[in-house]
Amino acid sequence: MSLYVDEKVRDPGAVGGPRGSRLYGWLNDRYNLDGLIAFLRKKEVPITSMSFTYYFGGIALMLFAVQVVSGILLLMYYVPSADAAYESVQYITSKVRFGWLVRSVHVWSANLMILSVFIHMFTVFFMRAYRKPRELTWVSGCCLLGLSMGFGFSGYLLPWNELAFFATKVGTDMVRSVPLVGDYLLQLLRGGEDVTGTTLGRFFGLHVAILPAITSSVIIAHLLAIQRQGMSQPTEWLDQPPEQRRSMPFFPHFFLRDLLLWLVIFNVVAAMSVFWPAALGLKADPFAPAPAGIKPEWYFLSTYQVLKWLPAEIGPITGELVGMLAMGAGALLALLLPFLDRTPEGGPRKLWLDIVGISVLLYLIIMTGIGHVSH
Amino acid sequence: MAPAEQHTLPKAEPPVRWTRRHLLDALLGLSALAWFGSVVYPITRYLLPAQSNEPQQSTVKVGTKEQFSPNSGTIFRMGSKPGLLVRTPNGEFRAFSAICSHLDCTVQFKVDEGVIWCACHNGRYNLQGINISGPPPRPLDPLIVTLKGDEVYVSLRG
Repeated sequence: MSLYVDEKVRDPGAVGGPRGSRLYGWLNDRYNLDGLIAFLRKKEVPITSMSFTYYFGGIALMLFAVQVVSGILLLMYYVPSADAAYESVQYITSKVRFGWLVRSVHVWSANLMILSVFIHMFTVFFMRAYRKPRELTWVSGCCLLGLSMGFGFSGYLLPWNELAFFATKVGTDMVRSVPLVGDYLLQLLRGGEDVTGTTLGRFFGLHVAILPAITSSVIIAHLLAIQRQGMSQPTEWLDQPPEQRRSMPFFPHFFLRDLLLWLVIFNVVAAMSVFWPAALGLKADPFAPAPAGIKPEWYFLSTYQVLKWLPAEIGPITGELVGMLAMGAGALLALLLPFLDRTPEGGPRKLWLDIVGISVLLYLIIMTGIGHVSH
Repeated sequence: MAPAEQHTLPKAEPPVRWTRRHLLDALLGLSALAWFGSVVYPITRYLLPAQSNEPQQSTVKVGTKEQFSPNSGTIFRMGSKPGLLVRTPNGEFRAFSAICSHLDCTVQFKVDEGVIWCACHNGRYNLQGINISGPPPRPLDPLIVTLKGDEVYVSLRG
């Protein structure tokens, strides 16, 4: 199939399609739908050998929608208290019809969403799509990665099982090492000195109200920025003579491809949920030792491995503070990337940035792998 | 006159005068700041939990001697926190806070190695509670063991 787009078929809905209907005409008279469609159709997708990477942002968006729907369904039965949370999840997975499926879809789509966000960020990085004028799109994307991990961390505690309890103890205790305000931050996160039912209440509020509200706003800003500025044009594409540059309209051509892929990914999530349903484990017991083999979710494994390897003290400060500072500096550099690489769109690639990107990617893959296999 | 010549002799900027508009802007800014503070302060205080007034339990009875065989460890409740009672291979009792000094996990006695072990990041302490390997930066907080006849009591220090 040719990827060239014939001008005659650029707007298939205009003739005979839904846009010819009386309902469309009625709505259009009142809400100027033509203007909205013109806004959506403005965006062109450059066709290059790397065009497949454009799908990952959309996949993350679709999985977020799955998260919202499956999360709302779980809310119908979940009870956010230390006495009843575990039992309510047990009830969902064992007594509620298809409860196990809803919970597993929620867990699997969360994991795949974070994976998609990571892939999306790395492809944007390697294609230099963050360069001027898309600095704030990149920054909002970094925020969305942070928010996704916040969702993962806060949601992990909600079943109130043994693994979740200790993962939350470790994760929240790390903020204690922040100079001056560490103890306050710890109290703020936990709602007290220890991880208790109060912590569960806070994480529940964070997971189902605060984070969804912030994330939805940032997603809207992220999408509006992309729609307003159009897609980034890769150097590889711009280097071609203008008559050889190929592209397709985002709406409806690329969007229909998105929809098809979303269907495939949704089916993958469903299949994974059926074949590997989410486990629940044992109920959290604050007076039981941490179980052997305890590990966090895969996207925190690299941090976990670093924490294991860091010595107790490095010079005058604790190893964990050194780790926190290094990770914080890395995150800050990633956030500020478009302001550090000021080459304009289509400008030459900086080799050292590719080397840094590949090193970070290898570091994350290797540390995650070691964290996964280590005892 | 050509436009370029207009810029050859720039006029000196008039000195900035403190006008009524500046005063109103400053007052408006201060009011906005005060309003923001009056909203944020109670929210922050609301989110920071009040200090618990519950009296801390200073001594607990953990059990009787025969319940603890040599070379074993038992987690017990020391108020709201976990404690670890260890009976060494030569029958001596020692007790510590069971909270790892690294990142707050609960430690356990590892029978095969005869050490106190934290499963979260593979930290190890000897039977004096001193950190000997892995990431823990400090020893475990020690507790006092008192034997009254057959009964084993553990108390907080100080």
